[in-house]
Amino acid sequence: MKQQEIEKAKEYKYGFTTDIESIRAPKGLNEDVVRFISNIKKEPEWMLKWRLKAFSRLKNLKEPDWQKPKFPKIDYQDLYYYSAPKSVTDTPKSLDEVDPKLIETYKKLGIPLQEQKKLSGIAVDAVFDSVSVATTFKGELTKKGIIFCPISEAIRNHPDLVKKYLGSVIPITDHYFATLNSAVFTDGSFVYIPEGVRCPMELSTYFRINASETGQFERTLIIADKGSYVSYLEGCTAPMRDENQLHAANVELVALDDAEIKYSTVQNWYPGDKDGKGGIYNFVTKRGACRGKNSKISWTQVETGSAITWKYPSCILQGDNSVGEFYSIAITNNHQKADTGTKMIHLGKNTKSKIISKGISAGFADNTYRGLVKITSKANNARNYTQCDSLLMGNECGAHTIPYIENKNSTANIEHEATTSKISDEQLFYCNQRGLNQEEAVSLIVNGFCKEVLQQLPMEFAVEAQKLVGISLEGSVG
Amino acid sequence: MLDIKNLNASIEGKKILKNFNLNIKPGEVHAIMGPNGSGKSTLANVLSGRKGYEIEGTVYYEGKNLLEIPIEERAQKGIFLAFQYPIEIPGVNTNNFLKTSLNTIRKFRGLKELDSLDFLKLVKEKSKKLKIEEKILSRQLNVGFSGGEKKKNEILQMSILEPKLVILDETDSGLDIDALRIVSEGVNSLRDKNRSFLIITHYQRLLNYIKPDFVHVLVNGKIVKTGFSDLAQELEKDGYEGVSIAK
Ligand SMILES: Nc1ncnc2c1ncn2[C@@H]1O[C@H](COP(=O)(O)OP(=O)(O)O)[C@@H](O)[C@H]1O
Ligand SMILES: [Mg+2]
Repeated sequence: MKQQEIEKAKEYKYGFTTDIESIRAPKGLNEDVVRFISNIKKEPEWMLKWRLKAFSRLKNLKEPDWQKPKFPKIDYQDLYYYSAPKSVTDTPKSLDEVDPKLIETYKKLGIPLQEQKKLSGIAVDAVFDSVSVATTFKGELTKKGIIFCPISEAIRNHPDLVKKYLGSVIPITDHYFATLNSAVFTDGSFVYIPEGVRCPMELSTYFRINASETGQFERTLIIADKGSYVSYLEGCTAPMRDENQLHAANVELVALDDAEIKYSTVQNWYPGDKDGKGGIYNFVTKRGACRGKNSKISWTQVETGSAITWKYPSCILQGDNSVGEFYSIAITNNHQKADTGTKMIHLGKNTKSKIISKGISAGFADNTYRGLVKITSKANNARNYTQCDSLLMGNECGAHTIPYIENKNSTANIEHEATTSKISDEQLFYCNQRGLNQEEAVSLIVNGFCKEVLQQLPMEFAVEAQKLVGISLEGSVG
Repeated sequence: MLDIKNLNASIEGKKILKNFNLNIKPGEVHAIMGPNGSGKSTLANVLSGRKGYEIEGTVYYEGKNLLEIPIEERAQKGIFLAFQYPIEIPGVNTNNFLKTSLNTIRKFRGLKELDSLDFLKLVKEKSKKLKIEEKILSRQLNVGFSGGEKKKNEILQMSILEPKLVILDETDSGLDIDALRIVSEGVNSLRDKNRSFLIITHYQRLLNYIKPDFVHVLVNGKIVKTGFSDLAQELEKDGYEGVSIAK
């Protein structure tokens, strides 16, 4: 490695590329590419039709432009929409058949795929560029009737479930990126928890972008049937490249009566270098429907990577007494930008939502919380509590809080609190005087600031996330 | 242990310490008394490494040039400052802060890090001696602490971190008589032949409880008089004016 690369590698340890032969769709976005993807995935006709409908709709849509971080125009014809390691065919393999290079890649990332070396009690689905390479623990889950598999596999093997729920939370016509995803999505995870089943382990998907000039468009669909429970975690990394790469995922969650879904994200895509060159555009649509009575969906996100993060994991609280939660940490350093928050749409009676957002901004970064709490006329006795805290480090960064409230019901109870604070020199001096160096001090203060959100993460990941929080801010104070 | 020679310190162009000299040997307790604004806190800050000062002169700590050592390393090497105004850090749990600090310092000293159980045992024992309610230790660091609680928390940290050179910056101010006695006991119980103290105070009353070996009078950035512990009483009677003129 050249000196410069070594320096860079210290900043982002997941920035390596895997040298692996891949199959790609022809460059560009057109109907043939949509057909190519559907064909290579051996999809049934109805799926192709669904994609084509989305594609034809896309022609009439424009990218939204209301968000705060502006980005250079993306040339959608200059991207690849499908890239897969040659060694992975579309039929799922047993783990011993997976290309050792891929296993090695995931090992470097700290994700062991071999079941005997697995993280204890966590089932992993790994998505490399456009395909899922391995899903662990299948057998154990199958015994309980739980389906956890690549979505491409679910489309073939569980068409009824997919037909019923895919696009039922995020309609294919929703907005530009959601529609684009609907046309060209390649892989992602599918989860179905049967009635009354409590999923016995964390389900986890690990996304990795490897190929250059390739967009990643995963699609995740999680259905928790009546009275079931599942906790799901996704993690993501990408190599360091000077070009910006687009990641436009759609995630749909459906919780039926008395069901609960806990969805956690630790997002650590490549953020670009110190000067803001390169990095992932993370334009993601995540939405959950609390469709049943007493259902609950809880989003927890730790967003530390990406050049631009632009996402609003939301809850549609349809069922009476349903609960939506959003816990977020968004850290932006150097030239990173984040515009993130949530939408809580209260439709049912006695619905409750809670929003805890912690934005941390350093360097020249810009961090916006944008959220909507909407209480419709039928949602009697709805409650919302929102707390947005911003922490600034240095004088060149920005933090903004934009809470929208639309209330059509006089019985609603809406509370909003917001604070902005700064890490002061006195605080750092105090920590230094107790033996902590600058980075340890920042990490301690920032982790304290984020504690309420970190506590929401599954135990196994909370420690990792804490470290990540410290690392993301390294070098941010003099 | 500490040897300060011709120390000059200024901030924003303003000269605060002027040709300051002081030598502290292991086991000695030195008191520095002086009116407001005489440079007492500045001295404490310079010794502990706070940035922003222009410094001339030399400071040797255990034979090493202290001024070249980063702040956290000074702390790891045993310099402890009890702050005149302890800092609030929202979100950071007091116990957690203390444990992180202790383990960092233990690591530096080549000792095994304490796990949560051993740590809590230690804290329990020490906070009991200082009559600190354990409840406050699970609160955010110094946030919403009363003046007395903040000062006691500094002394608790001191007794847990077991430093070699303790600098107390007006730890007595804001303490009622009972608290003053408890804090003094805490300090006295740490006195030993290898540990030195630099006690900065505005009033003589602390020195009724902690008997210093030497008392220095600081006026306008300079030591104008040095004596034994009876000097403190003299000061109380005549005031700083009297002392500096008498010299
Ligand atoms: N950051 C600063 N900028 C300018 N003047 C300062 C600063 N800090 C302290 N001073 C001045 O230096 C002098 C000594 O302050 P200090 O050391 O805090 O005194 P003491 O602790 O003895 O009361 C005072 O006149 C004070 O106003
Ligand atoms: Mg002072």
